[in-house]
Amino acid sequence: MFKIVRRQEMTGGTVILNEIEAPLIAKKARPGQFVILKANENGERIPLTMADTDPEKGTITIIYMVVGKSTALFRDLQVGDSYQDVIGPLGKATHLEKVGKVICVGGGTGVAVLHPITRGLKEVGNDVTCIIGARNKDLLILEDEMKKASHDLRVCTDDGSYGHHGFVTQVMQEILDAGGVKLVVAIGPVPMMKAVSKITKDYNVPTMVSLNPIMVDGTGMCGGCRVTIGGETKFACVDGPEFDGHQVDYDELIKRLQAYQEEERECHRQYCTIRDAK
Amino acid sequence: MADIAEKARKNPRVPMPEQEPKVRARNFLEVPTGYTMKMAQEEASRCLQCKKPGCVNGCPVGVDIPGFIDFIVQGDMSGAIRHLWKMNALPAVCGRVCPQEIQCEGQCIVGKKGQPVAIGNLERFCADYEREHGTGELPPKQPATGKRVAVVGSGPSGLTVAGDLIVKGHDVTIFEAFHKPGGVLVYGIPEFRLPKAIVAQEVNFLARLGVKVECNAVVGRTVSLDELFTEGYEAIYVGVGAGLPKFMNLPGENLVGILSANEYLTRANLMKAYQYPDVDTPIPHGKNVVVLGAGNVAMDSARTAMRLGAETVKIVYRRSRDEMPARKAEIHHAEEEGIEMCLLTNPTRYLGNEKGRLTGMECLRMELGEPDASGRRRPIPIKGSEYLVDCDLCIVAVGSGANPLLTSETSDMQLNKWGYIVTDTATGKTTKKGVWAGGDIVTGAATVILAMGAGRQAANSIHNYLTLGW
Repeated sequence: MFKIVRRQEMTGGTVILNEIEAPLIAKKARPGQFVILKANENGERIPLTMADTDPEKGTITIIYMVVGKSTALFRDLQVGDSYQDVIGPLGKATHLEKVGKVICVGGGTGVAVLHPITRGLKEVGNDVTCIIGARNKDLLILEDEMKKASHDLRVCTDDGSYGHHGFVTQVMQEILDAGGVKLVVAIGPVPMMKAVSKITKDYNVPTMVSLNPIMVDGTGMCGGCRVTIGGETKFACVDGPEFDGHQVDYDELIKRLQAYQEEERECHRQYCTIRDAK
Repeated sequence: MADIAEKARKNPRVPMPEQEPKVRARNFLEVPTGYTMKMAQEEASRCLQCKKPGCVNGCPVGVDIPGFIDFIVQGDMSGAIRHLWKMNALPAVCGRVCPQEIQCEGQCIVGKKGQPVAIGNLERFCADYEREHGTGELPPKQPATGKRVAVVGSGPSGLTVAGDLIVKGHDVTIFEAFHKPGGVLVYGIPEFRLPKAIVAQEVNFLARLGVKVECNAVVGRTVSLDELFTEGYEAIYVGVGAGLPKFMNLPGENLVGILSANEYLTRANLMKAYQYPDVDTPIPHGKNVVVLGAGNVAMDSARTAMRLGAETVKIVYRRSRDEMPARKAEIHHAEEEGIEMCLLTNPTRYLGNEKGRLTGMECLRMELGEPDASGRRRPIPIKGSEYLVDCDLCIVAVGSGANPLLTSETSDMQLNKWGYIVTDTATGKTTKKGVWAGGDIVTGAATVILAMGAGRQAANSIHNYLTLGW
């Protein structure tokens, strides 16, 4: 059992932070790696990339948006409650190297995943500009943390309620136009990563994205998470989750993410009905 | 010999009661329902108690078969199971999933002139009887040696090593990457062939003997082999299996509705997705299902799809019936349940709709040519024989390779060109000091009992190493 030692609600309760006791994982995990979590006996296995680790305290931190039954189950766990299973660290760690000027772009809960990578890129000596975006001010997460993790932070909201009015891609393009950018890291919803990659390709700037396909085991045993990278099939759980953004078949990924859409909707609806009845 | 022939003819095998095909094809309950005591004793009495029993030679772990069968004849079930346990820690599993026809039963003298003694059914009966009526008394253990052994992977070979070493007095911990122990016994082999409650009981039996089981421990990620040595383990057994699914690299392979058999069976068995929505893991329900491949994994996938309500289930295999690698009994069961065999047929590409979902596949008819290196006649495509098959779910069961998760993090251990671990064939020793390996990660995908045999060998060698230093 893996006990929750800290729980924080963000963006009005739609995004949740859990700090979980998992000493073995905390000791080994590096930026970019993920864990698989299962809430209880009948639960499914859900992958989430770690937002932070504290090897001394023996804890890991995950931040997730409540989008379906499993994340709703996770949300209902309080401090002192436990996840039945947490498996990790899984996937390849981010390759952190000094390249010079770097842009880190994050959208939605992708900002949580971007956080340790941004910090890592800064620590190895890069000049890091960070652009984070959300639909509106209330949905923005980790602003202070991202400010600390980078040299320069730009915030965008789709509705203009805070920071730059518009998409992260617009701000990114301005910085790209100024020149000298050696690497872009983009983590967020698939359409956002697709849009970023399309632009950076025109500028010929290497781009790294972190993919979030459906997973079951997370150890390379099933191929449920397969993605097409440069025309070749890769398993995101062992070959990734980070890939060259210019090589990813995003349209295929979007379609594969919808494989269980009907089941997911129905499962969530049932859970909410039962929960509300209590 | 005339005597035996006469006896065999007059005295046929006691059949195992089974669920009716039409009924069982739509449920996940075990197909054979098991012998009664009377049936078991009747079947046991068919054994001739050979002085030089061929059956024992046919068993990869050398169970004294006439010995345990004699206990059944005497009605001493406690004696029978204890006799079995001496050589086999997992009789409830082996009685169910071993290919007995090419092992113990294949060597039975009664079988030369009639049907062999149903050794598997009797082994299963002993284990089931002990579980349902036994005293819970454990086999004896040697005094503690104080030596610690780590077993990586809790599949058949790992469980065998753990069982053997714990009774020899060593302190054994199993590390399992999944959240439940059992390896292929829990994620691969379906409930209707091997109920998961039975696997849990067998693992629990080892736990009661003192074996510690650490789940959610991905060796190679959570902890490395070298770290296990640092933590005080003196020997390590690696039995991580061959869990890397192979795909055929056909156009359209990443369409929604195409799954590896590993994924399909893991969802169904380990995650119990057949009980969805009472459990949270979904599984695709196909109307027209195609399974590629003809091994036991293909049969398991096809029979699972049928139970999940498919209208048609086809096995597509490029060779002919004679070359199908699945057990004869499984092919027979599958056909009884309405699964269609499309032999000498090979898929060439998948077809999908605008949502990226599978709608069909193109297949090509084959004919058999000259024998290839494996001695099997090579299938050759018949030009222009392409035709379309409607399907909305395709399960790819064309084999598996070595999962590199552990081996890629262990630099000083020799692998062969396919990524399998190189070991000394007599002992299971790897090229890394203090590390043994066995089962599918050494041989490639094989059978449960062969993995157990490899575990037995390695356990003996580990015991020598820990007690004698070699």
